[in-house]
Amino acid sequence: MIHSQCENHSQNRKLAIVNFLFGVFVDDQQLRLELIAGLLVAVTCAITGTFVVLRGLSFIGDALAHGVLPGIAAAMLLGVSGMFGAVVSAVIMMSGVGIVNRRLRLSGDTAIGLLFVGMLSLGVLITSRSVSLVGDLEEILFGDIAHVEWSTISVQLIALICIAFIFTVCRRPFLLLSVDEGLVNTSGFSAKLFHNVMMAMVATTVIVSFQTVGTLLVMGMLIAPAATGALFARRISSMIMIAALSGSISVYIGLLASYHYDLAAGASIVLTAVILFALSAIFAETRKSISRRHDDDHDHEHPHAHGHVHI
Amino acid sequence: MASVTATSHSPISADHLCVGYGKRPVIEGVTLDMQPGELLVLIGTNGSGKSTLLKTLAGLIKPVHGDLHLLGEHAGQLPKRVAYLPQHPVSSHTLPLCVRDMVAMGRYAHLGLMKQTSAHDREIVEESMTRVGIEAEADQPIRDLSGGQQQRTHLAQVLARQAEVLLLDEPTAGLDINGRKLVADLVSAERARGVTVVMATHELNDAEHATSVMLLAQRVVSVGPPEVALRDEFLRECFGFTQPH
Repeated sequence: MIHSQCENHSQNRKLAIVNFLFGVFVDDQQLRLELIAGLLVAVTCAITGTFVVLRGLSFIGDALAHGVLPGIAAAMLLGVSGMFGAVVSAVIMMSGVGIVNRRLRLSGDTAIGLLFVGMLSLGVLITSRSVSLVGDLEEILFGDIAHVEWSTISVQLIALICIAFIFTVCRRPFLLLSVDEGLVNTSGFSAKLFHNVMMAMVATTVIVSFQTVGTLLVMGMLIAPAATGALFARRISSMIMIAALSGSISVYIGLLASYHYDLAAGASIVLTAVILFALSAIFAETRKSISRRHDDDHDHEHPHAHGHVHI
Repeated sequence: MASVTATSHSPISADHLCVGYGKRPVIEGVTLDMQPGELLVLIGTNGSGKSTLLKTLAGLIKPVHGDLHLLGEHAGQLPKRVAYLPQHPVSSHTLPLCVRDMVAMGRYAHLGLMKQTSAHDREIVEESMTRVGIEAEADQPIRDLSGGQQQRTHLAQVLARQAEVLLLDEPTAGLDINGRKLVADLVSAERARGVTVVMATHELNDAEHATSVMLLAQRVVSVGPPEVALRDEFLRECFGFTQPH
Protein backbone atom coordinates (compact mmCIF):
# COMPACT_ATOMS: atom_id res chain seq x y z
CA MET A 1 0.00 0.00 0.00
CA ILE A 2 2.78 2.43 1.06
CA HIS A 3 4.85 1.28 -1.89
CA SER A 4 1.96 2.00 -4.27
CA GLN A 5 1.46 5.49 -2.73
CA CYS A 6 5.14 6.28 -3.24
CA GLU A 7 4.92 5.13 -6.85
CA ASN A 8 1.87 7.35 -7.44
CA HIS A 9 3.62 10.29 -5.81
CA SER A 10 6.69 9.80 -8.01
CA GLN A 11 4.51 9.48 -11.13
CA ASN A 12 2.63 12.66 -10.20
CA ARG A 13 5.93 14.52 -9.80
CA LYS A 14 7.10 13.29 -13.19
CA LEU A 15 3.79 14.38 -14.73
CA ALA A 16 4.09 17.80 -13.09
CA ILE A 17 7.61 18.22 -14.47
CA VAL A 18 6.53 17.13 -17.97
CA ASN A 19 3.57 19.49 -17.73
CA PHE A 20 5.83 22.31 -16.49
CA LEU A 21 8.24 21.82 -19.36
CA PHE A 22 5.98 20.86 -22.25
CA GLY A 23 2.33 20.93 -21.23
CA VAL A 24 2.00 24.69 -21.42
CA PHE A 25 2.90 24.64 -25.09
CA VAL A 26 0.27 21.96 -25.78
CA ASP A 27 -2.49 23.72 -23.82
CA ASP A 28 -1.83 27.33 -24.76
CA GLN A 29 -2.24 28.08 -28.46
CA GLN A 30 -0.79 31.62 -28.16
CA LEU A 31 2.31 30.27 -26.41
CA ARG A 32 2.76 27.82 -29.31
CA LEU A 33 2.65 30.76 -31.72
CA GLU A 34 5.18 32.59 -29.57
CA LEU A 35 7.43 29.52 -29.59
CA ILE A 36 7.28 29.24 -33.39
CA ALA A 37 8.01 32.97 -33.77
CA GLY A 38 10.88 32.72 -31.29
CA LEU A 39 12.41 29.70 -33.01
CA LEU A 40 12.24 31.46 -36.38
CA VAL A 41 14.00 34.47 -34.83
CA ALA A 42 16.63 32.16 -33.29
CA VAL A 43 17.48 30.50 -36.63
CA THR A 44 17.42 33.79 -38.58
CA CYS A 45 19.64 35.47 -35.98
CA ALA A 46 21.99 32.45 -36.00
CA ILE A 47 22.78 32.89 -39.71
CA THR A 48 23.08 36.68 -39.63
CA GLY A 49 24.67 36.83 -36.18
CA THR A 50 27.47 34.50 -37.25
CA PHE A 51 28.74 37.15 -39.67
CA VAL A 52 28.00 40.01 -37.25
CA VAL A 53 30.32 38.29 -34.76
CA LEU A 54 32.97 37.28 -37.30
CA ARG A 55 33.19 40.72 -38.90
CA GLY A 56 32.79 42.71 -35.69
CA LEU A 57 29.62 44.43 -36.89
CA SER A 58 28.02 44.58 -33.44
CA PHE A 59 28.03 48.37 -33.27
CA ILE A 60 26.41 48.93 -36.64
CA GLY A 61 23.96 46.12 -35.90
CA ASP A 62 23.06 47.71 -32.58
CA ALA A 63 22.73 51.13 -34.21
CA LEU A 64 20.49 49.65 -36.86
CA ALA A 65 18.35 47.95 -34.25
CA HIS A 66 17.78 51.28 -32.48
CA GLY A 67 17.66 53.28 -35.69
CA VAL A 68 14.45 51.57 -36.83
CA LEU A 69 12.56 53.04 -33.84
CA PRO A 70 11.33 56.30 -35.49
CA GLY A 71 10.08 54.38 -38.52
CA ILE A 72 8.12 51.94 -36.39
CA ALA A 73 6.69 54.75 -34.24
CA ALA A 74 5.72 56.86 -37.27
CA ALA A 75 4.14 53.82 -38.96
CA MET A 76 2.07 53.12 -35.86
CA LEU A 77 0.91 56.76 -35.74
CA LEU A 78 -0.09 56.55 -39.39
CA GLY A 79 -1.78 53.22 -38.84
CA VAL A 80 0.47 51.24 -41.20
CA SER A 81 2.60 48.18 -40.53
CA GLY A 82 5.46 48.68 -38.07
CA MET A 83 7.64 46.47 -40.29
CA PHE A 84 7.12 48.87 -43.21
CA GLY A 85 8.23 51.77 -41.02
CA ALA A 86 11.25 49.77 -39.87
CA VAL A 87 12.28 49.12 -43.49
CA VAL A 88 12.09 52.87 -44.32
CA SER A 89 14.08 53.72 -41.18
CA ALA A 90 16.73 51.08 -41.92
CA VAL A 91 17.21 52.39 -45.48
CA ILE A 92 17.55 56.00 -44.20
CA MET A 93 19.96 54.87 -41.49
CA MET A 94 22.22 52.88 -43.83
CA SER A 95 22.25 55.60 -46.49
CA GLY A 96 23.01 58.18 -43.80
CA VAL A 97 25.94 56.16 -42.48
CA GLY A 98 27.29 55.80 -46.02
CA ILE A 99 26.97 59.54 -46.75
CA VAL A 100 28.55 60.70 -43.46
CA ASN A 101 31.34 58.16 -43.86
CA ARG A 102 32.22 58.92 -47.51
CA ARG A 103 31.34 62.57 -48.02
CA LEU A 104 32.38 64.02 -44.64
CA ARG A 105 35.38 61.67 -44.35
CA LEU A 106 34.54 60.82 -40.75
CA SER A 107 35.33 57.37 -39.37
CA GLY A 108 32.73 54.63 -39.72
CA ASP A 109 32.23 54.56 -35.93
CA THR A 110 31.46 58.28 -35.79
CA ALA A 111 29.03 58.02 -38.70
CA ILE A 112 27.23 55.09 -37.10
CA GLY A 113 27.18 56.75 -33.66
CA LEU A 114 25.72 59.99 -35.04
CA LEU A 115 22.96 58.27 -36.97
CA PHE A 116 22.32 55.90 -34.06
CA VAL A 117 21.62 58.61 -31.45
CA GLY A 118 19.88 60.84 -33.99
CA MET A 119 17.41 58.17 -35.05
CA LEU A 120 16.88 56.94 -31.48
CA SER A 121 16.13 60.47 -30.27
CA LEU A 122 13.75 61.02 -33.16
CA GLY A 123 11.96 57.79 -32.28
CA VAL A 124 11.60 58.77 -28.62
CA LEU A 125 10.35 62.25 -29.67
CA ILE A 126 7.69 60.79 -31.96
CA THR A 127 6.45 58.40 -29.29
CA SER A 128 6.50 61.07 -26.55
CA ARG A 129 4.36 63.42 -28.68
CA SER A 130 1.60 60.86 -28.95
CA VAL A 131 -0.22 59.71 -25.82
CA SER A 132 -1.37 56.57 -27.65
CA LEU A 133 2.23 55.54 -28.38
CA VAL A 134 3.78 56.01 -24.94
CA GLY A 135 2.87 52.46 -23.94
CA ASP A 136 3.97 51.14 -27.31
CA LEU A 137 7.53 52.44 -26.83
CA GLU A 138 8.18 49.70 -24.29
CA GLU A 139 6.77 47.08 -26.66
CA ILE A 140 8.95 48.34 -29.51
CA LEU A 141 12.07 48.36 -27.34
CA PHE A 142 11.50 45.12 -25.43
CA GLY A 143 9.24 43.15 -27.75
CA ASP A 144 5.62 42.18 -27.74
CA ILE A 145 5.68 38.46 -28.32
CA ALA A 146 2.26 38.04 -26.66
CA HIS A 147 0.63 39.67 -29.69
CA VAL A 148 2.41 37.57 -32.32
CA GLU A 149 0.03 36.41 -35.03
CA TRP A 150 0.23 33.97 -37.93
CA SER A 151 0.81 36.93 -40.28
CA THR A 152 3.97 37.88 -38.31
CA ILE A 153 5.15 34.29 -38.42
CA SER A 154 4.65 34.03 -42.19
CA VAL A 155 6.72 37.21 -42.71
CA GLN A 156 9.42 35.78 -40.41
CA LEU A 157 9.40 32.49 -42.34
CA ILE A 158 9.77 34.27 -45.70
CA ALA A 159 12.62 36.38 -44.25
CA LEU A 160 14.35 33.22 -42.95
CA ILE A 161 14.08 31.54 -46.37
CA CYS A 162 15.52 34.68 -48.04
CA ILE A 163 18.38 34.92 -45.54
CA ALA A 164 19.20 31.20 -45.85
CA PHE A 165 19.21 31.64 -49.65
CA ILE A 166 21.48 34.70 -49.46
CA PHE A 167 23.85 32.81 -47.15
CA THR A 168 23.98 29.81 -49.51
CA VAL A 169 24.75 31.99 -52.52
CA CYS A 170 27.09 34.47 -50.83
CA ARG A 171 28.91 32.25 -48.33
CA ARG A 172 32.24 32.45 -50.18
CA PRO A 173 32.51 36.26 -50.44
CA PHE A 174 31.09 36.51 -46.89
CA LEU A 175 33.87 34.24 -45.62
CA LEU A 176 36.51 36.23 -47.49
CA LEU A 177 35.07 39.45 -46.01
CA SER A 178 35.57 37.96 -42.55
CA VAL A 179 39.27 37.45 -43.28
CA ASP A 180 40.26 40.52 -45.32
CA GLU A 181 38.30 42.90 -47.53
CA GLY A 182 41.17 42.98 -50.02
CA LEU A 183 40.88 39.23 -50.48
CA VAL A 184 37.26 39.62 -51.61
CA ASN A 185 38.18 41.92 -54.49
CA THR A 186 41.28 39.99 -55.49
CA SER A 187 39.21 36.78 -55.58
CA GLY A 188 36.88 38.22 -58.22
CA PHE A 189 34.04 39.42 -55.95
CA SER A 190 33.01 42.96 -55.06
CA ALA A 191 33.69 43.71 -51.39
CA LYS A 192 31.35 46.71 -51.51
CA LEU A 193 28.48 44.74 -53.03
CA PHE A 194 28.74 41.83 -50.62
CA HIS A 195 29.22 44.13 -47.62
CA ASN A 196 25.96 45.84 -48.59
CA VAL A 197 24.24 42.48 -49.04
CA MET A 198 25.42 41.52 -45.55
CA MET A 199 24.12 44.79 -44.10
CA ALA A 200 20.76 44.19 -45.81
CA MET A 201 20.72 40.79 -44.10
CA VAL A 202 21.35 42.42 -40.70
CA ALA A 203 18.62 45.01 -41.36
CA THR A 204 16.13 42.33 -42.45
CA THR A 205 16.86 40.26 -39.36
CA VAL A 206 16.36 43.25 -37.06
CA ILE A 207 13.13 44.21 -38.79
CA VAL A 208 11.51 40.76 -38.65
CA SER A 209 12.71 40.08 -35.10
CA PHE A 210 11.75 43.28 -33.31
CA GLN A 211 8.20 42.22 -32.46
CA THR A 212 9.44 39.06 -30.77
CA VAL A 213 12.39 40.36 -28.74
CA GLY A 214 12.24 44.14 -29.27
CA THR A 215 14.65 46.50 -30.97
CA LEU A 216 16.73 46.90 -27.81
CA LEU A 217 17.22 43.18 -27.27
CA VAL A 218 17.48 41.88 -30.83
CA MET A 219 21.24 42.43 -30.71
CA GLY A 220 21.38 39.93 -27.85
CA MET A 221 19.90 37.26 -30.12
CA LEU A 222 22.27 38.26 -32.92
CA ILE A 223 25.41 38.16 -30.80
CA ALA A 224 25.05 35.76 -27.84
CA PRO A 225 24.14 32.51 -29.69
CA ALA A 226 26.66 33.23 -32.48
CA ALA A 227 29.36 33.95 -29.89
CA THR A 228 28.50 30.60 -28.25
CA GLY A 229 28.90 28.96 -31.65
CA ALA A 230 32.28 30.66 -32.17
CA LEU A 231 33.57 29.03 -28.97
CA PHE A 232 33.21 25.49 -30.31
CA ALA A 233 32.87 25.55 -34.08
CA ARG A 234 35.59 24.71 -36.60
CA ARG A 235 33.48 25.57 -39.63
CA ILE A 236 31.03 28.35 -40.41
CA SER A 237 28.20 25.85 -40.95
CA SER A 238 28.75 24.32 -37.50
CA MET A 239 28.95 27.81 -35.94
CA ILE A 240 25.53 28.58 -37.42
CA MET A 241 24.11 25.26 -36.22
CA ILE A 242 25.40 25.72 -32.67
CA ALA A 243 24.09 29.32 -32.70
CA ALA A 244 20.67 28.12 -33.92
CA LEU A 245 20.58 25.43 -31.23
CA SER A 246 21.68 27.82 -28.49
CA GLY A 247 19.19 30.46 -29.66
CA SER A 248 16.35 27.91 -29.83
CA ILE A 249 17.10 26.64 -26.31
CA SER A 250 17.10 30.27 -25.11
CA VAL A 251 13.73 30.89 -26.72
CA TYR A 252 12.27 27.76 -25.11
CA ILE A 253 13.66 28.42 -21.63
CA GLY A 254 12.88 32.14 -21.87
CA LEU A 255 9.25 31.54 -22.82
CA LEU A 256 8.82 28.93 -20.06
CA ALA A 257 10.29 31.30 -17.47
CA SER A 258 8.15 34.12 -18.75
CA TYR A 259 4.98 31.97 -18.59
CA HIS A 260 5.54 30.40 -15.19
CA TYR A 261 7.05 33.39 -13.37
CA ASP A 262 5.29 36.24 -15.20
CA LEU A 263 8.51 37.74 -16.58
CA ALA A 264 9.07 39.83 -19.69
CA ALA A 265 9.44 37.27 -22.52
CA GLY A 266 11.96 39.14 -24.71
CA ALA A 267 14.27 39.89 -21.79
CA SER A 268 13.99 36.30 -20.47
CA ILE A 269 14.98 34.91 -23.88
CA VAL A 270 17.96 37.22 -24.33
CA LEU A 271 19.16 36.79 -20.75
CA THR A 272 19.02 33.00 -21.20
CA ALA A 273 21.09 33.33 -24.39
CA VAL A 274 23.72 35.38 -22.54
CA ILE A 275 23.77 32.92 -19.61
CA LEU A 276 24.16 30.01 -22.07
CA PHE A 277 27.13 31.86 -23.59
CA ALA A 278 28.68 32.40 -20.14
CA LEU A 279 28.29 28.72 -19.22
CA SER A 280 29.68 27.65 -22.60
CA ALA A 281 32.66 29.98 -22.19
CA ILE A 282 33.42 28.52 -18.74
CA PHE A 283 33.13 25.00 -20.18
CA ALA A 284 35.35 25.84 -23.18
CA GLU A 285 38.02 27.47 -21.01
CA THR A 286 38.00 24.59 -18.52
CA ARG A 287 38.30 22.07 -21.34
CA LYS A 288 41.16 24.05 -22.86
CA SER A 289 43.10 24.29 -19.60
CA ILE A 290 42.61 20.54 -18.91
CA SER A 291 43.86 19.68 -22.39
CA ARG A 292 46.81 22.09 -21.97
CA ARG A 293 47.68 20.43 -18.65
CA HIS A 294 47.37 17.03 -20.31
CA ASP A 295 49.71 18.17 -23.10
CA ASP A 296 52.21 19.51 -20.55
CA ASP A 297 52.16 16.19 -18.68
CA HIS A 298 52.62 14.36 -21.96
CA ASP A 299 55.56 16.61 -22.91
CA HIS A 300 57.06 16.04 -19.47
CA GLU A 301 56.83 12.27 -19.89
CA HIS A 302 57.86 12.30 -23.58
CA PRO A 303 60.01 15.40 -24.02
CA HIS A 304 60.80 14.59 -27.69
CA ALA A 305 57.28 13.72 -28.77
CA HIS A 306 56.78 16.91 -30.82
CA GLY A 307 59.80 16.90 -33.03
CA HIS A 308 58.89 19.27 -35.82
CA VAL A 309 59.63 22.96 -35.60
CA HIS A 310 56.77 25.44 -35.91
CA ILE A 311 57.28 28.89 -37.28
CA MET B 1 53.65 20.94 -60.63
CA ALA B 2 52.77 22.25 -64.09
CA SER B 3 54.60 25.25 -65.52
CA VAL B 4 52.78 28.45 -66.29
CA THR B 5 51.67 28.65 -69.93
CA ALA B 6 53.63 31.29 -71.82
CA THR B 7 51.61 34.29 -72.94
CA SER B 8 52.46 37.09 -75.35
CA HIS B 9 51.69 39.70 -72.69
CA SER B 10 54.16 40.91 -70.10
CA PRO B 11 53.10 39.67 -66.61
CA ILE B 12 53.41 43.21 -65.25
CA SER B 13 53.96 46.36 -67.25
CA ALA B 14 53.72 49.88 -65.89
CA ASP B 15 54.55 53.12 -67.61
CA HIS B 16 55.00 56.30 -65.58
CA LEU B 17 52.61 54.90 -63.01
CA CYS B 18 51.60 57.15 -60.14
CA VAL B 19 50.04 55.39 -57.15
CA GLY B 20 48.27 56.95 -54.19
CA TYR B 21 44.93 57.49 -52.55
CA GLY B 22 42.32 59.45 -54.46
CA LYS B 23 44.22 62.21 -56.21
CA ARG B 24 46.99 62.29 -53.59
CA PRO B 25 50.11 60.64 -55.04
CA VAL B 26 52.31 58.48 -52.81
CA ILE B 27 54.81 57.23 -55.40
CA GLU B 28 55.31 58.64 -58.88
CA GLY B 29 57.14 57.51 -61.98
CA VAL B 30 57.04 53.73 -61.56
CA THR B 31 58.01 52.00 -64.79
CA LEU B 32 58.09 48.21 -64.96
CA ASP B 33 58.36 45.56 -67.64
CA MET B 34 58.53 42.23 -65.85
CA GLN B 35 59.04 38.91 -67.58
CA PRO B 36 57.74 35.46 -66.48
CA GLY B 37 59.75 34.01 -63.59
CA GLU B 38 61.14 37.34 -62.43
CA LEU B 39 61.15 38.52 -58.82
CA LEU B 40 60.80 42.21 -57.95
CA VAL B 41 61.43 43.05 -54.29
CA LEU B 42 60.02 46.31 -52.93
CA ILE B 43 62.02 47.56 -49.95
CA GLY B 44 61.32 50.56 -47.76
CA THR B 45 60.43 51.68 -44.28
CA ASN B 46 56.86 51.87 -42.93
CA GLY B 47 54.83 54.33 -44.96
CA SER B 48 57.28 54.25 -47.86
CA GLY B 49 54.53 53.21 -50.27
CA LYS B 50 55.31 49.48 -50.68
CA SER B 51 51.82 48.34 -49.75
CA THR B 52 50.21 51.13 -51.77
CA LEU B 53 52.07 49.99 -54.87
CA LEU B 54 51.21 46.33 -54.23
CA LYS B 55 47.53 47.17 -53.67
CA THR B 56 47.54 49.09 -56.94
CA LEU B 57 49.05 46.10 -58.74
CA ALA B 58 46.36 43.93 -57.13
CA GLY B 59 43.65 46.28 -58.39
CA LEU B 60 42.54 47.33 -54.90
CA ILE B 61 43.50 50.99 -55.48
CA LYS B 62 43.10 52.81 -58.77
CA PRO B 63 46.29 54.39 -60.14
CA VAL B 64 46.36 58.18 -59.77
CA HIS B 65 47.60 58.23 -63.36
CA GLY B 66 49.80 56.26 -65.69
CA ASP B 67 49.51 52.96 -67.43
CA LEU B 68 49.35 49.58 -65.66
CA HIS B 69 48.67 46.14 -67.12
CA LEU B 70 48.93 42.66 -65.65
CA LEU B 71 48.97 39.84 -68.23
CA GLY B 72 47.62 42.30 -70.76
CA GLU B 73 44.60 43.38 -68.69
CA HIS B 74 43.96 46.23 -66.28
CA ALA B 75 44.85 45.48 -62.65
CA GLY B 76 42.18 43.50 -60.78
CA GLN B 77 40.65 42.00 -63.92
CA LEU B 78 42.21 38.53 -63.70
CA PRO B 79 41.58 37.13 -60.20
CA LYS B 80 42.23 33.54 -61.32
CA ARG B 81 45.69 34.43 -62.64
CA VAL B 82 46.87 36.98 -60.06
CA ALA B 83 47.07 36.17 -56.33
CA TYR B 84 47.58 38.69 -53.54
CA LEU B 85 48.73 38.13 -49.97
CA PRO B 86 47.62 41.11 -47.83
CA GLN B 87 49.76 42.46 -45.03
CA HIS B 88 48.59 41.05 -41.68
CA PRO B 89 45.41 39.36 -42.89
CA VAL B 90 42.92 39.09 -40.05
CA SER B 91 43.28 35.43 -39.26
CA SER B 92 41.18 36.57 -36.37
CA HIS B 93 40.92 35.03 -32.96
CA THR B 94 37.26 34.34 -33.59
CA LEU B 95 37.38 32.75 -37.03
CA PRO B 96 35.98 29.25 -36.60
CA LEU B 97 37.77 27.88 -39.63
CA CYS B 98 40.15 24.96 -39.82
CA VAL B 99 43.38 25.36 -41.77
CA ARG B 100 42.12 23.27 -44.71
CA ASP B 101 39.03 25.48 -45.18
CA MET B 102 41.16 28.61 -44.94
CA VAL B 103 43.52 27.32 -47.64
CA ALA B 104 40.55 26.25 -49.77
CA MET B 105 39.53 29.93 -49.90
CA GLY B 106 42.41 30.31 -52.33
CA ARG B 107 40.31 28.36 -54.84
CA TYR B 108 37.30 30.72 -54.61
CA ALA B 109 38.50 32.82 -57.57
CA HIS B 110 38.23 29.69 -59.72
CA LEU B 111 34.98 28.47 -58.16
CA GLY B 112 32.97 31.71 -58.14
CA LEU B 113 29.77 31.78 -56.12
CA MET B 114 28.24 28.40 -56.77
CA LYS B 115 30.65 25.96 -58.48
CA GLN B 116 31.22 22.82 -56.42
CA THR B 117 34.72 22.06 -55.13
CA SER B 118 36.15 19.28 -57.31
CA ALA B 119 38.62 16.51 -56.49
CA HIS B 120 41.21 18.55 -58.42
CA ASP B 121 40.59 21.57 -56.15
CA ARG B 122 40.93 19.40 -53.06
CA GLU B 123 44.16 17.95 -54.41
CA ILE B 124 45.58 21.46 -54.92
CA VAL B 125 44.59 22.45 -51.38
CA GLU B 126 46.30 19.38 -49.88
CA GLU B 127 49.40 19.99 -51.99
CA SER B 128 49.55 23.68 -50.97
CA MET B 129 49.37 22.74 -47.27
CA THR B 130 52.15 20.19 -47.75
CA ARG B 131 54.34 22.77 -49.52
CA VAL B 132 54.22 25.12 -46.53
CA GLY B 133 54.42 22.28 -44.00
CA ILE B 134 51.06 22.67 -42.29
CA GLU B 135 49.44 19.43 -43.47
CA ALA B 136 49.60 18.05 -39.92
CA GLU B 137 47.50 21.01 -38.73
CA ALA B 138 44.95 20.72 -41.56
CA ASP B 139 42.03 20.10 -39.21
CA GLN B 140 43.14 22.53 -36.48
CA PRO B 141 41.16 25.74 -36.04
CA ILE B 142 43.25 28.61 -37.39
CA ARG B 143 42.74 30.60 -34.17
CA ASP B 144 44.61 27.89 -32.22
CA LEU B 145 47.75 28.26 -34.34
CA SER B 146 50.82 30.39 -33.68
CA GLY B 147 51.35 33.57 -35.68
CA GLY B 148 53.94 31.81 -37.83
CA GLN B 149 51.62 28.90 -38.58
CA GLN B 150 48.82 31.33 -39.46
CA GLN B 151 51.16 33.08 -41.89
CA ARG B 152 52.00 29.70 -43.44
CA THR B 153 48.27 29.09 -43.84
CA HIS B 154 47.86 32.39 -45.68
CA LEU B 155 50.81 31.51 -47.90
CA ALA B 156 49.21 28.14 -48.69
CA GLN B 157 46.00 29.98 -49.56
CA VAL B 158 47.91 32.13 -52.07
CA LEU B 159 49.64 29.05 -53.55
CA ALA B 160 46.28 27.30 -53.91
CA ARG B 161 45.25 30.00 -56.39
CA GLN B 162 47.86 28.56 -58.81
CA ALA B 163 48.29 32.03 -60.24
CA GLU B 164 50.76 33.34 -62.79
CA VAL B 165 51.52 36.49 -60.80
CA LEU B 166 52.02 36.56 -57.01
CA LEU B 167 51.81 39.85 -55.09
CA LEU B 168 53.09 39.25 -51.57
CA ASP B 169 52.90 41.99 -48.95
CA GLU B 170 55.47 41.22 -46.27
CA PRO B 171 55.18 37.41 -46.49
CA THR B 172 58.03 36.95 -44.01
CA ALA B 173 56.48 39.17 -41.31
CA GLY B 174 56.41 37.36 -37.98
CA LEU B 175 58.39 34.40 -39.30
CA ASP B 176 61.58 33.06 -37.79
CA ILE B 177 64.64 31.99 -39.77
CA ASN B 178 63.03 28.69 -40.85
CA GLY B 179 59.93 30.52 -41.97
CA ARG B 180 61.96 33.00 -44.00
CA LYS B 181 63.85 30.18 -45.67
CA LEU B 182 60.53 28.50 -46.46
CA VAL B 183 59.23 31.68 -48.14
CA ALA B 184 62.48 32.03 -50.12
CA ASP B 185 62.24 28.38 -51.26
CA LEU B 186 58.58 28.75 -52.22
CA VAL B 187 59.29 31.90 -54.21
CA SER B 188 62.18 30.14 -56.00
CA ALA B 189 59.98 27.14 -56.80
CA GLU B 190 57.20 29.37 -58.14
CA ARG B 191 59.65 31.35 -60.26
CA ALA B 192 61.09 28.11 -61.64
CA ARG B 193 57.67 27.28 -63.10
CA GLY B 194 57.35 30.71 -64.67
CA VAL B 195 55.42 32.59 -61.98
CA THR B 196 56.22 36.30 -61.66
CA VAL B 197 56.55 37.52 -58.08
CA VAL B 198 56.43 40.99 -56.53
CA MET B 199 57.24 41.01 -52.83
CA ALA B 200 57.21 43.88 -50.34
CA THR B 201 59.55 43.53 -47.38
CA HIS B 202 61.57 45.35 -44.71
CA GLU B 203 64.35 42.78 -44.93
CA LEU B 204 67.31 43.53 -47.18
CA ASN B 205 68.17 39.80 -47.10
CA ASP B 206 64.94 39.00 -48.93
CA ALA B 207 66.39 40.78 -51.98
CA GLU B 208 69.26 38.35 -52.31
CA HIS B 209 67.80 36.33 -55.19
CA ALA B 210 65.69 39.08 -56.74
CA THR B 211 65.81 39.88 -60.43
CA SER B 212 65.36 43.51 -59.47
CA VAL B 213 64.87 45.61 -56.37
CA MET B 214 62.96 48.85 -55.94
CA LEU B 215 63.94 51.01 -52.95
CA LEU B 216 61.04 53.19 -51.87
CA ALA B 217 60.75 56.22 -49.58
CA GLN B 218 57.48 57.77 -50.74
CA ARG B 219 59.24 57.91 -54.12
CA VAL B 220 61.41 55.56 -56.12
CA VAL B 221 64.90 55.94 -54.63
CA SER B 222 66.48 53.31 -56.86
CA VAL B 223 65.51 50.43 -59.08
CA GLY B 224 67.53 47.72 -60.78
CA PRO B 225 69.44 44.55 -59.99
CA PRO B 226 70.20 44.14 -56.26
CA GLU B 227 73.86 45.09 -56.63
CA VAL B 228 72.84 48.40 -58.22
CA ALA B 229 69.64 49.29 -56.34
CA LEU B 230 71.11 48.48 -52.93
CA ARG B 231 74.23 50.64 -53.25
CA ASP B 232 75.26 52.40 -50.05
CA GLU B 233 74.22 55.85 -51.24
CA PHE B 234 70.69 54.61 -51.98
CA LEU B 235 70.40 52.75 -48.68
CA ARG B 236 71.58 55.84 -46.80
CA GLU B 237 69.00 57.91 -48.63
CA CYS B 238 66.26 55.38 -47.89
CA PHE B 239 67.07 54.23 -44.35
CA GLY B 240 69.73 56.63 -43.11
CA PHE B 241 72.30 53.82 -42.79
CA THR B 242 74.19 51.40 -44.99
CA GLN B 243 74.52 47.62 -44.97
CA PRO B 244 77.42 46.19 -42.93
CA HIS B 245 79.95 44.66 -45.34
